[in-house]
This record gives sequence, C-alpha cells and structure tokens, in this order.
Amino acid sequence: METIKIMGTDDTPTVILDAQNEIFEISGRSLPEDVTAFYDPILQWLDEYSSSPNPKTIFTFKLVYFNTASSKLLLDILMKLEQLHEAGNNVVVHWYYPEDDEDMQEAGEEYADIVDVPFEQIGYTLS
Amino acid sequence: MDRKNIKGFLEFVYDFYKSMKAHEITLVYEGEITHQITKAFTSLTESNMAKEEESNSVQKKVFHVMVECLQNISKHADSFGSDDFLFAGRGIFMVSRGDLEYHVTTGNVIENSKIEELSKILDHINSLDKEGLKQLYKTQMREGRLSEKGGAGLGFIDIARKTGRKLEYHFLPIDEDTHFFVLTSTISRNE
Repeated sequence: METIKIMGTDDTPTVILDAQNEIFEISGRSLPEDVTAFYDPILQWLDEYSSSPNPKTIFTFKLVYFNTASSKLLLDILMKLEQLHEAGNNVVVHWYYPEDDEDMQEAGEEYADIVDVPFEQIGYTLS
Repeated sequence: MDRKNIKGFLEFVYDFYKSMKAHEITLVYEGEITHQITKAFTSLTESNMAKEEESNSVQKKVFHVMVECLQNISKHADSFGSDDFLFAGRGIFMVSRGDLEYHVTTGNVIENSKIEELSKILDHINSLDKEGLKQLYKTQMREGRLSEKGGAGLGFIDIARKTGRKLEYHFLPIDEDTHFFVLTSTISRNE
C-alpha cells in the first residue's frame, strides 16, 4: 500500500506511515490551520491499513506541542488503533515525551485511559 | 488632520506608549486573527521569552494559552459593523509581562444571544478543581464533535488546566445587540 511521508513544519507534524518498512510515526508540532484537512488522509490511510495490517504495529507519537483541536484528531487516530487491537491484531502505542514536560506525559496518560490499546510511555531528554 | 489635530494625535501616541509601559504590555494587536498572525505572534513571544531566559515550562504554558486564545477569536468572534461592511473573526489581543506573571488577554464582539451559554461554560470550568478539569477535558475530547470552524470546545478547559487559575472574564455592553467579551489568563513566572 502507499506510503505517507509528510515533512514537518513549524505548525504541522512530521508524519510517516510506511507499512512495508514498519514505520508509523507522528512527531513534532501540531497546530495546523485546518486540522481536519491535515488529519483526514492519515485517518483514511489507517482505515485502509486496517484491512490488511502487519503482524505487529508499533505506532509512535513523539510530539512536542499540539493544540486542542489536534488533540481531538489524535484521539481519532488512537481510536482507529484501538479498533485494530480489538480485531485481534498486535498493536502497541509508543508515547514519547520530553523528560521535563509533565503536560505531555500527562496527555499520554489521559489517552491511555481513554483508549483500550497497549500503551508505553517513554521519556527522553532533548539534546 | 489639521495642525491642531495632528498635535493632539502625536500627544495621544505618547500617552498610548506610556499607558502600555504602565500596564507592562509587550504586544497589542487589533484586527483580524488569521493563522499567519497566530504563527507570527507566538514565534515573536517565544523568541522574547527565550531572550528573557524564561523557564521551559513557563514558555510552553504561555505558548499554549496564546494559541488557544487567538484561535478562539478567529473561530468565534462575532461580526460587527454596518450591513454593508461586516467584520468577523476580529478582536484585540494583548500580552503583558510583569515581574511575577504573564497575562494573555483577548477582547471580541459577541452577540447577546450567546452570552448566557458562554457564561455557563466559563463558570462551569471555574467551578472545577484540577481533577474535575481533567475529567471534563477527557469527556469533551471523547464526546465532542469538531465544529465546522475546527473548534473542539476544549480551548477554555485547556487554558484553565495549563494556568491553574480561574478564567477571568467580563462582558461590556456595546449596543442593544452585542457585548464586548474580555478574557484574561494569567501565567505565573515562578515555576
């Protein structure tokens, strides 16, 4: 299936969805002018991927900032992953947060509470 | 402007400058709030805060609050003006920095019919503690729908959570149909 590769800007995240190379990643900053237009292709891609997923899907979120409108769309992505998990597939979410960013850590904890999908919190140090 | 008016105007500029200094205003803008404006103001404030060696946590909080406040105006400010010339998505936006705290303030026109609902939302948010706000955010994220303008109904909750303060707001009458809605958020510099 087709690969999505979007280079990040100062208001949109880097997105890599590459089933063949097993890379599923959203990173950077997210405050797009039109959140729906930005995230729709990603959600559609996940629908398509869900019809024939890899044996294992590790989905990485490594965001440094997202606005409230994006938070809703990130939940939509996580709900797609929840469906994939509930359909019996091996799915793990890796939620990366800067070690000194309690808010980003807490955001991950909140998502983990809402969706029923294996969730790993991973702190990292900004160099 | 004739000579007398010009002198008066120039004196006003100085008074305006002094007034800004007195209120420690570092940024003030009146007009349409676009995505470009949002990006310009946040990056300007970010670089100023970096120069001031503000802590990461304060910088992030100010950034969060600015983005949500600016997006509130661009998505919700009601139109005003005459039938021939209506302005919408406009308002006043201010950032001020004191010794102890930052203030991010917005003001925009709101139709009277929307005041009751808005007050109810703000008062409800102000009645909640940290845990209550967290639950409300989660519920709204799960059950809320994105509006046509891309609003998720999460902005005010997020501001209250990030600042740990009550949302201070006021409605001032403009004419028989509209009020001016002012909201100010405070971010402590000592964290």
